[in-house]
Amino acid sequence: MVNLTVNGKPHTYDGDPDMPLLWYVRDDLRLTGTRFGCGAGLCGACTVHVNGQAVRSCQTKMSTLETKTVLTIDALAANGTMHPVQRAWIAHNVPQCGYCQSGQIMSAVALLKATPAPTDADIDRAMTGNICRCGTYQRIRAAIHTAAKERA
Amino acid sequence: MNIENISLSRRTFLGGVLSTGAFVIASRFVPGTLSAQEAVFNTKADTAMLHPSVYLGIEPNGTVFIVTHRSEMGTGIRTSLPLVAADELDADWSRCRIEQGVGDTRYGDQNTDGSRSIRDFYDAFRVAGASAKSMLVSAAAAQWNVPASECTTANHEVVHAKSGKKLGYGALVPAAAKLPVPKAADVTFKPKSAWKFVGKERKIYDLDNIATGKAEFGLDVYRDGMVFASIEHPPVLGGVIRTLDDKAALAVKGVSQTVTLDTIKPPVQFAPLGGVAVVGNSTWAVMQGRRKLKIDWNDGPHASFTSEPFKAAMMARVQTPLKVARNLGNVDAEFAKGGKVIEAVYYTPMAAHASMEPPAAVADFRNGKVEVWTPTQNPQAVQETVAAAVGIDKKNVICHVTLLGGGFGRKSKPDFAAEAAVLSKKLGKPVKVIWTREDDIHFDFYHTTAAVYHKAAVDAKGKPTAWLQRSVFPPIGSTFGAPGPLGFELDMGLVDTAYDVPNIRAENSGADVHVRIGWFRAVANNYHAFAAHGFADEMAHAANRDTLEFLLDMIGPGHVIDLKAQGVDYANYGAPIEKYPVDSRRLRRVLEVAGEKSNWGKRKPGNGWGIGIAAHRSFNTYVASVVEVEVDAQGRVRIPRIDQVVDAGTYINPDRVRSQFEGAAVMGAGLAMLGEITATNGRIDQNNFDGFKVARMNDAVRQVNVHFVESGNLPTGVGEPGVPPVMAALGNAIFAATGKRVRELPISKTKLV
Repeated sequence: MVNLTVNGKPHTYDGDPDMPLLWYVRDDLRLTGTRFGCGAGLCGACTVHVNGQAVRSCQTKMSTLETKTVLTIDALAANGTMHPVQRAWIAHNVPQCGYCQSGQIMSAVALLKATPAPTDADIDRAMTGNICRCGTYQRIRAAIHTAAKERA
Repeated sequence: MNIENISLSRRTFLGGVLSTGAFVIASRFVPGTLSAQEAVFNTKADTAMLHPSVYLGIEPNGTVFIVTHRSEMGTGIRTSLPLVAADELDADWSRCRIEQGVGDTRYGDQNTDGSRSIRDFYDAFRVAGASAKSMLVSAAAAQWNVPASECTTANHEVVHAKSGKKLGYGALVPAAAKLPVPKAADVTFKPKSAWKFVGKERKIYDLDNIATGKAEFGLDVYRDGMVFASIEHPPVLGGVIRTLDDKAALAVKGVSQTVTLDTIKPPVQFAPLGGVAVVGNSTWAVMQGRRKLKIDWNDGPHASFTSEPFKAAMMARVQTPLKVARNLGNVDAEFAKGGKVIEAVYYTPMAAHASMEPPAAVADFRNGKVEVWTPTQNPQAVQETVAAAVGIDKKNVICHVTLLGGGFGRKSKPDFAAEAAVLSKKLGKPVKVIWTREDDIHFDFYHTTAAVYHKAAVDAKGKPTAWLQRSVFPPIGSTFGAPGPLGFELDMGLVDTAYDVPNIRAENSGADVHVRIGWFRAVANNYHAFAAHGFADEMAHAANRDTLEFLLDMIGPGHVIDLKAQGVDYANYGAPIEKYPVDSRRLRRVLEVAGEKSNWGKRKPGNGWGIGIAAHRSFNTYVASVVEVEVDAQGRVRIPRIDQVVDAGTYINPDRVRSQFEGAAVMGAGLAMLGEITATNGRIDQNNFDGFKVARMNDAVRQVNVHFVESGNLPTGVGEPGVPPVMAALGNAIFAATGKRVRELPISKTKLV
């Protein structure tokens, strides 16, 4: 039995303790904003926050989440107000197909929390785990700088 | 309806295999204003009171429904085509709702590949908007008893300036709906000066949903009573099961059963591969169950495929005479004259599409009909492939198209949708098939491997006098049972060189095929262009000339090139050659602009900094790319800047065109630097993004500048043509920086210092 909080709501899980958080939020809770990309922690599409830290939900076993707090992209916009990172993503027209962008945004939000005014090198370090096959990296970088300014 | 046939010639054998609609670059099939055909599925546009087109309907409350029948995989097409219709209609964009069309031949071709959605449907969507507008104006004019010619439209209203009367579109719908739909030939389009949406920046329709995680991709479809399936495919194409032990798999909690699927038979087309499906009540359960399957495979003949010897054989073959595909003058006579003659062999490996969303589909078979939800580039091919797989008429397949998490050509091939349908029929309930990333890498329709040979003679003035080009590759034709490459595979960069060299010969041959071959963004242009424009740079160096100056000189003033006169039956990307000729003046122009806008000639290359240039026409669009590189003491390559100069005629949503060329720069450079799929004994060696490497934030080009040439020509392709010249320009830049000519991809395999 695992007691955890997902997007502000308490949940109890009693399935396979090895099941990754990714499939719990998608299949069980139908929070489909978190994407499946590789299942191996190599692409970042499944990035969520656990206790405020960006993690790959495909590599996070349910057994590790007792009393933990999970935030997914689905609840990043609080009360209908988008997070500054989401607003910056829209201002820069970042997405092409959009599939990886949930993970990109969650990684960027965690980066700005830890490093409010990131350099390009900081962005490289924080975002290199998130693949965008459409190649939107230039706009992701610009959007992160914009969001950093807006928060400052 | 009108079907505009283009010459199929070398492709006519396809007749009995798949319909042309299922195939890349086939016939142009554009419906008339309103189809008499029965709808597979009624849209809100269909049921709207005013319904002048399959693409458009208007309700009395003024809401305009616009159907996009092409698939959204990141190009912005789902927004761009409706913008074209809304502009002609003079609609208020905020009152337009976009609907995604299901697979249905009444929309015309839906195969979203070949960078042709705008090219082929620009007029159809203009007609849709203009027809509706004309009916609304007629209705208003009749009501006011004034001539229609005195009425104008603006922002969702018809206006009669003389009397000051105005009526909203919604109010006019009941009267307009009673009028006949004008013939397509009778509607008039707005002049360019009156365009409100076309040519202006516009956010894509799904942007907010993407940013908040609400956008629905194929993997996000859940149906009541649905079960999940993960399929262990034969690791070697065509392999069959010798023995299967599924006891351990069935013991996994949540796994309900396994289903053995028939192994695919050639020609593979888009049919399911076969294998063993593990079925259960969650994605995780079936993935776990699959790992516990014990299968002894009889691999069959394709187990002979190993990339290294296969490469060596292609490299040898391409240095021998092959079948002539284009001949101008006499290259042999020119080479025999002596002088400066150079030759080189280039090689590109296989690559995987690796779109971020792996293949997935939900199918629900009941009462002899199938409903499918899937991220497909080609819903009509889903109808055909699913119908064939479950033995029903394709009219009984409803294919709902979700957003695509990338496509790049892979999702034109709906094998995964057919798997879901076969399983749903067998199990009597909705089934979701999910491919893992490993499945996606192991069972792609691969971007083919190629060997390309070039030989040229350069005269004493440094001018090229003869150019021989040859390519050898396992062809896409094999997927459809053709004995060799299809014409269009050669038409992508082998036979359509637009440089004015007096003697040109192009030759080609297929190679053995052991995996499924498909079309990948820009297709055969990638390997043909990488080699041709790398070799053009080699020619310039052999002639001791600046490459840009050499290329411009090789074009001369430019002109329309008559390939037919040189024995080439040129498919021209399915576009009529009279309207979309091969025009080297436009190639010249993009090169000139590239010279002005980039750092070309402004800094001397060497000492770890280099700049390279290449220009290529593909998908009827002209592109010049300038790539800058920095190569450090360890041989690591950094790409600070790429300039992409584009002549795609007319730009519907310029920001989305720009983003396509930014992305193409990232993908082209990533493919050239890192991309490689290999096989050993018929099995693919790479498994996931650790083995098949793609560009990431830290190694991707830092800044891409996209420059448009406003040629005023008809709109042409933007999704693909940005890739090929980047690959060649990158190789040329690395040569400029290091003095090393890398002729084999991926570049990462060559030690640069």
